[in-house]
Amino acid sequence: MSDSTDSEAIPAPEGPADIIETDYEIGQNNIQPFGLDIHNPVFLISGLAVVAFVIVTLAFQTQIEPAFSAMRGFLTSKLDWFFLIAGNIFVLVCLGLLVSPLGKVRIGGVDATPDYGYLGWFAMLFAAGMGIGLMFFGVLEPVYYFGTPWGDQPLGNDLGIVDGVLADPATVEAARSMAMASTMYHWGLHPWAMYAVVALALALFAFNKGLPLTVRSIFYPIFGERIWGWPGHIIDILAVLATLFGLATSLGFGAQQASAGIGFVFGIDGINDTVTVAVFLIAGITAIALISVLRGLDGGVKLLSEINMGLAAILLLFVIFVGPTMTLVTQFFSNIGAYFVDLIPLSNPIGREDDGFRQGWTAFYWAWWISWSPFVGMFIARVSRGRTVREFITCVLLIPTAVSMIWMTTFGGTAIEQIIERATDSAVYGYVIENYVPELSLFGMLSELPMAQITSIIGIVLVIVFFVTSSDSGSLVIDTITAGGKVDAPVAQRVFWCVFEGLVAAALLIGGGLVALQAMAVSTGFPFAIVLLLGCWALVKGLMAEPRA
Amino acid sequence: MFSRIMVPVDLTHLEQLDKALTVSEELAQSFGAEIVYVSVTAETPTKIAHNPKEFAQKLEAFAAGRPGKSTTKSYSAHDPAIDIDKTLLKAIDETGADLVVMASHKPGIADFFWGSHGASLAAHTGVSVFVVR
Repeated sequence: MSDSTDSEAIPAPEGPADIIETDYEIGQNNIQPFGLDIHNPVFLISGLAVVAFVIVTLAFQTQIEPAFSAMRGFLTSKLDWFFLIAGNIFVLVCLGLLVSPLGKVRIGGVDATPDYGYLGWFAMLFAAGMGIGLMFFGVLEPVYYFGTPWGDQPLGNDLGIVDGVLADPATVEAARSMAMASTMYHWGLHPWAMYAVVALALALFAFNKGLPLTVRSIFYPIFGERIWGWPGHIIDILAVLATLFGLATSLGFGAQQASAGIGFVFGIDGINDTVTVAVFLIAGITAIALISVLRGLDGGVKLLSEINMGLAAILLLFVIFVGPTMTLVTQFFSNIGAYFVDLIPLSNPIGREDDGFRQGWTAFYWAWWISWSPFVGMFIARVSRGRTVREFITCVLLIPTAVSMIWMTTFGGTAIEQIIERATDSAVYGYVIENYVPELSLFGMLSELPMAQITSIIGIVLVIVFFVTSSDSGSLVIDTITAGGKVDAPVAQRVFWCVFEGLVAAALLIGGGLVALQAMAVSTGFPFAIVLLLGCWALVKGLMAEPRA
Repeated sequence: MFSRIMVPVDLTHLEQLDKALTVSEELAQSFGAEIVYVSVTAETPTKIAHNPKEFAQKLEAFAAGRPGKSTTKSYSAHDPAIDIDKTLLKAIDETGADLVVMASHKPGIADFFWGSHGASLAAHTGVSVFVVR
């Protein structure tokens, strides 16, 4: 709840803004069966398509999985240059907006005031954007680059450790620096720029132009009134499918990882029936997400995001102070330097030899981030009213990048130090380089620090709550899109999407097919990359028509 | 007996409010009370308005079109579907109303929420609540 308007005073407008005049009335295509309020046909087609995909995937697993995986492989290996160029464009657009006079445009009109304070806002966008990924890849990715021969190393560097033997100090340092820079590249400016472009465009077209808060609105400048017909339906349905499959498959995988973590921490030697445990975890996560969506944006999603940010900060500070503190502080600055020096060769889309890295990691990541961008972008947009474009880019691009860097330096740096000190004896070496057990990499690193039992439990709680915050914010986003941009649709609808997502995850986990549908979700990154590039143009055009504060 | 009557209004479903509006106006007349129309909107664009300020103006225009003297107060909520009960309770405090007259709908907005707003409001406020069916 925010400002109330006292009608006895002269009603101040939100200040000048360039409202788009359209004949479309929000909710005009909605139908109200059983007291619901859903968009026709987006709700029905999305829901049926999900059911159909799940059934087909379960029934024809052996045929479907190679097909989807091949599609993903094709996109990342043949169109890697496209993803890399698109990623660079998003970063440049954001940086351009940051320094240009357009940075003065305020989301929601010249006189709008922010709906959320910095802390709550930041907590929510981080929890929705990459919280869970940081937990999973924070140790894994730097260590992997540091010591796993897997084709060509990016930047032409050698490995820091080969067959358990440490290379000479200069090579080790070069490998460490390469590993950190490459990891930060995947978690820094580029992913956040993708989110920022979508979020800013959605916020602009909803809060300044007065169009419904749904993905199709960005394309009003391109399609005009036709956007309320099939071109718009297709964009919205794609967004719903990408979001739902992205969330459901991560939920499925995440539950498996969490159950592995629980087995590790409590010394249960390989939980025999991981599927059952994982299904219980999915049920638990969905139940908490359900409570959260029923408590609403402020009482649920925001609260959980803040709790999680607090917990993550505790874990981060703990590792910084208990780990190699001074080394980490020095490395933080040298890592930033390495990131900016290597940014150009790493983001260069052509004439490179490191296929394994560029296609297997970078292009895959970019497709992945882009496929999440409708969801994360919608959610960020909804909570960003009242900020100027400059504030927005600072808080959605620059600060998250800095936080990612601190996180990666801390978790990856500590883990690499453990390998440098103890080589093959270190737990991380065992889980990442010797045997590839990615879900235990974080716990391996923590196990060599004091109070491992406690910090590991914090780690598991963080993983679970980050899933809850993805699940609840995702349900709100899908609910809004399938209600034609209404944020006040009947509560039963958000409950439906929240439960539906849990059921899809459980069905895929039990029946198999997580890999296939995840490959499909990632593949939606390709159409969305095109959609986003068009969105950049619409965004700049839309901003230029706005008055500046 | 009553000096200020709060009437929650949903501008999207005015046709369902007829009875409640008439009741509130007649009560206001017989008690010499004033009417405050209260409405809750989302911050995102809605069918009614592009933004909360425009919504407030629409609510005023609605009030001006009703017989008798009245004031209005409009609220915006982050998540209206959930926050509405809380917001209406806040509105009772802020308007100083001593009677709430509200429509309870046949299938329509109120059914969006589990349990009726009228019931929830009556359970959580000290003032009188008149639920018009």
